[in-house]
Parts: sequence; structure tokens; C-alpha cells
Amino acid sequence: MDNQSVLIIEAGRAERHYWKDLWRYRELFYFLAWRDILVRYKQTVIGLAWALIRPFLTMIVFVFVFSKLAKLPSDGVPYPILVFAALLPWQFFSNAFTEAGNSLISNANMISKVYFPRLVVPTSAVIVSFVDFLISGLILAGLMVWYGFAPDWRILTLPLFVLIAFAAAMGAGLWIAALNVKYRDFRYIIPFVVQFGLYVSPVGFSSNIVPEQWRLLYSINPMVGVIDGFRWAILGGNTQIYWPGFLLSLSLVLVILITGIVYFRKTEKSFADVI
Amino acid sequence: MSSVITVENLSKKYIIGHQKQERYTALRDVMANGARRFANKLIHPFAAPVNDPTHEEFWALKDVSFDIRQGDRVGIIGRNGAGKSTLLKILSRITEPTSGKIAIKGRVASLLEVGTGFHPELTGRENIFLNGAILGMSKVEIKNKFDEIVAFSEVEKFLDTPVKRYSSGMYVRLAFAVAAHLEPEILIVDEVLAVGDAQFQKKCMGKMKDVGQEGRTVLFVSHNMNAVEQLCTSALRLDSGSLVVHGEDVRKIINGYLYVNDDNNNKRSIEWVALNESYSSQWFAPHRLAITDAMGESLASPISNDANAWVWIEGNISVLDPALQIGYAIYNEEGQLLYWTCHTDAEKARWPELSIGRNVFKSKFPSRLLNQGVYRIELLTALYCREWLIQPGVNAPGISMEIHGGLSESPYWMVRRPGILAPVIEWGGT
Repeated sequence: MDNQSVLIIEAGRAERHYWKDLWRYRELFYFLAWRDILVRYKQTVIGLAWALIRPFLTMIVFVFVFSKLAKLPSDGVPYPILVFAALLPWQFFSNAFTEAGNSLISNANMISKVYFPRLVVPTSAVIVSFVDFLISGLILAGLMVWYGFAPDWRILTLPLFVLIAFAAAMGAGLWIAALNVKYRDFRYIIPFVVQFGLYVSPVGFSSNIVPEQWRLLYSINPMVGVIDGFRWAILGGNTQIYWPGFLLSLSLVLVILITGIVYFRKTEKSFADVI
Repeated sequence: MSSVITVENLSKKYIIGHQKQERYTALRDVMANGARRFANKLIHPFAAPVNDPTHEEFWALKDVSFDIRQGDRVGIIGRNGAGKSTLLKILSRITEPTSGKIAIKGRVASLLEVGTGFHPELTGRENIFLNGAILGMSKVEIKNKFDEIVAFSEVEKFLDTPVKRYSSGMYVRLAFAVAAHLEPEILIVDEVLAVGDAQFQKKCMGKMKDVGQEGRTVLFVSHNMNAVEQLCTSALRLDSGSLVVHGEDVRKIINGYLYVNDDNNNKRSIEWVALNESYSSQWFAPHRLAITDAMGESLASPISNDANAWVWIEGNISVLDPALQIGYAIYNEEGQLLYWTCHTDAEKARWPELSIGRNVFKSKFPSRLLNQGVYRIELLTALYCREWLIQPGVNAPGISMEIHGGLSESPYWMVRRPGILAPVIEWGGT
């Protein structure tokens, strides 16, 4: 017994063991994500295929609207690939944001009855969306084969941009999850942000069509940087990235992530009391 | 042995809102209140800020300190709202204390609810893993104990059925089985045994006892006093957020708890004093009912079985009536009436005399008749064959007392025997 560390519980001192606990509960990330994935496709006939069908159909609609109707330029790559390279990170972000935002509320029972680092809950919601992201990545691979489109060396930098997308989803997810516990109003804000974001992010079109003088302002939307990064890495060739805008987006992502973690950690202690 | 849990001056405050229906804050309220406060400030810029009347502080725990040693099985008892659950929640780190400090040595597993995190769509097998992980077990640990858990839960046949198709009994069995196979140094259990059939409850109790005997510490909250008495080696009683008593004499603490509820004016006193005229009549207005020494000095509970104790009844007579009977009724812990007695029980010549004004009736409390335990004495007054003035069990003031020790001088009779009575019966030989 004596070699055991002594746990001190005191007002405002829960931090001490937090990161160590997070490590100790690492398997819970996996189990919660596993549960959500398992549950999602229970009692569905085509199961996991849904993760492929939804982005695929969205892509077809976008190609039709933006390429066939609006006749927007495609920077010399097949339009479906242009759309899908953006749809991938956008859907990851929007799913992760929605799931993480509601994750604490839907696990309210657990939160008021068991201790574990609460950060586990929204994080595993993001992980679930990440699994979907990987699955729909298969469509992109399929499209590339179909159009005989070969990426160049830049594809190797893709993991870096995935990481940025992950950070953006985590940061926004943590904010909204923590706020949602206290102010249920955010429940209604989430779908609005997701819907609105789809139009203000360059998903169906290339951000090159945004006039030069507005590019920096446009990059205040952190997803602009993420999506541009994805296109830059996947499409390769003559796709250009607007670096000042990208760096602005990137720093905003970092700000959101760090403040998200800080705010979450600060409010976390009272979750069980207010949820 | 060393202490594994040390709690010092623990307090927990909640803010309770009076206006809102929702448990959570809506942004609209925050903004509306903020605007109102701002408007008030504009109108009365120099007024001191007033306390928000819609919010009230509520201390769920107040300045609680105790110490628990390794291997103790501690029963935590108290009425609803006494702070038991809050204490457990703080100990299991679900919520933070407002002030105070706790030091815990060892791994804690808390079981505030059976089946937390169970997902109805998942199968029994899947839920075992999920629930185990939520309770803090590692995957390897769960795998190693899987068969044991399944055997304990008795649901082998339905392992691959979604738990939403389980009967509630099966559900609870499976959930408890997972929790029971946690191997923490400290186990915190809240009211888990309220569910399941009698046989399973017995199994759970056995399991918890085992856990305790393996040198682990168990904290157990329950309203089931039998379970507490069977399981626990010490008890801790909370009342309105404060620690009332913490000690090893579980039975005594339970009794103290059971017998404090019924008479709010006279908590644990062995004396009742009339605070108003509600029991008064012109024939007899009781002032005091107490267990006293021969001189009328109140005794403190517990009294020993061979104590020189008297039941002391004091009151005022305004109108003399020869039919007046003054006495008391005594009930045991289970509420059984043991006997009634009144001052007119013996032959008429030995009755105490009545007079206008203050009267005292005292009756020798029988020594070495009742068993060790808690008793309730209620006042009884009546007009013989005409009417009840104060009827025990119906509208009578009463006092609780405990008889403890003094059972006999015999070296072979030191502890409580079963039975309602414990008289020392004479024995001889020829």
C-alpha cells in the first residue's frame, strides 16, 4: 500500500492527475468509439456502406450544381476529384463537430455516475468521425483510379493536413461540447453552423475563384485553410495555395484548439453538477 | 492499520435556482438576467448589489471530517438529502468539493449505479467490455475475468443477445457481475442492492463481504439497515450535510438513526418537555416525560439494564377527576407494544394521590427485564372507562432510550441474546 501514490481531492486541484489519468483511460477512447460505430450500424441493412453512400451522393450533387450548372473552373483536374478532396475534410469536420458537441449530453448518465477524464468523451466522438473519414477516403482513391489521376509527392504531406483538420474538429468540438452542457441553446447552433459552414467553405468550388483582395478575409474561416491544404496535397500539379491565408487559418485552428482545451478543462469539474 | 481515506472539513455547496424549470441554464436566461441587472444599475447606480433572490445556496455537505482505515467496511447511513450521495460523488471524483480536502490511498472504483454506460443495442458480451472499460478496467483485465463475470451473472445463454431484450433482473445481474470483478483497493457502492431478487442480493452481499475480507476497503450507502448491519464493520451517519457519528458500533449507530426520525423536538433526548399546550386538558396537562434517577434528574442514553431508572411524568391538574389514569406504554424497536402501565395498576391504597396543581408520578423502570436495544416510551393518560386523553401510538408524546450493557453479572452472559426480554431468571439445584 505504501508505495501507492496518494490522491488528493481538493477544490480546484483536480488537475494534478488529469493527464496521467487520461493515459490510464486510453482504452476508453477506443471503447467509446467502438461502441458508437457498433451501435450506429446495428439494425441497418447495408451497415457500413452508409459511410460511403452519403459522401458519394453529396459529391454528385455538388459536381452537378457547381460544375454543370454554375460552370465554375476546375483548375485542370476532374471536377469530382476537386470536390471530393474538399468534401473529405469538410465532412470530417462537420460530423466531428456535431458528434462531439452532443457527446457529453448523450453520455450524461455516465458523466454523473462515473469518474473518468471527461476529455475522453468528445475526443472519441471525433475519433468515430475520423473512422468515417478514412472509409470515405476509399471513394477518393476510387475516383482517382477512375479518372486515371496520379497524385505527386505532395500527397505525402497529407497526414499533416489531416492533423490540422483533426485539430480544428477537436477545438471546435470541445468548445461546443462544454458550452452545450451549460447552455442547451448550442444544441440549435450546431446544425446551423454545419449548414452555414458548407456554403462559406470552398467545398463545391475552388477558393481560387474568390477575388484576390478578399482571400485573407476569407481565410478567417479556419476550414478554408484546411480544405486548401487538402487540395494542395491531393491534387498536386498546378494547384496553388494562398500561404498568408493558410497561415491565418492554421493559427486560428491552434487558437481554437488551445482555448477549447482550456475552457473544457475549466468547466469540466462542474459537468456532473449541471448536466 | 493505516488510514486509506482521510477527509478533512469537506463541504459542498450547490446553487439552486427557484425560477427555472430546466435543470440547465438557458442562454436566454443568462442574457435576460444580465440585461435586468444592467438596467437596474442604470436606474440605481449607487445601490449595493442585491443577492439574486432566484438563487439560493444549499450546503449538501458541511464541514465533514473522518478517517477510514484499510479493510474497513463502512456503512454510510442517513435520510434522503443527508448528503450521502454527494459524499460518494466527491470521493469518486465525479464532482468537486467546494472546500476541504480528501486524501485517498489506492485505486478507487465507485459503483453509484448498476450498469452505467450499458448500451441497450449492444450484446451482453460487448457490454461487459464497454462497462469494464468505463469502470476503469483494462482490456486484458476484462478478458482474464470474462468467464468469471459471465458465471457470476448467470446469463451465459444470452451473451450474444442485445441487452435491450434482457429482463431487468438479467440486466442487473450482468451489470453487478462486471462491477463485482473490479479489483480496486477501495470500493464505493451506492444502494446497488435495492435491485434484483433476494437470492441475487444475497450473492452480492457475499461478494462484497469477500472484498472486505481481502483487506480492501468498502464504502456502502444503503437504506437497508439489515444489509448495513450484516456487511459493515463501522458506520457513519450523516444528517443534513453534517457528520453525526462515525464509529465501530454499527448497531448503535443504526438505532440512533432509526429512532431519531419520529420526534423532531426531542432528538435523541431521553426527556420530553412540553413546548406548547397541544397535549393539555383540564384534567391533566403534561409538562415532562423523562427517564430519570430517583431524584428526577434526567439520565443520558444509553442506560444500563440494571440502572436505577425511573419513568418520570410531571404535569398540571386543573380539575380533579378520580377516574384519571396516568401512565406510559413501551414499544420495542420493531414497534411492538411491550406493555402499558399506569399509576392505578396496584391496589387502591398504593395509588399516588392527585392534587390540583403540579403533580409528579414516578414509576420504577423494571431492571433486567428488557433486552439490550432501543425502546420508545409514550405517555398515556385517560379517564377510566370514559375517554382517552393521550393515547399511545395515536397522539402521544414519547421518548426514545437505549438499554445497553448491565445484562447480568454472569461471566457467560456478556452480549445481547436473541429475544425481546432478557430477564435474569433464578436458577437453583437440589
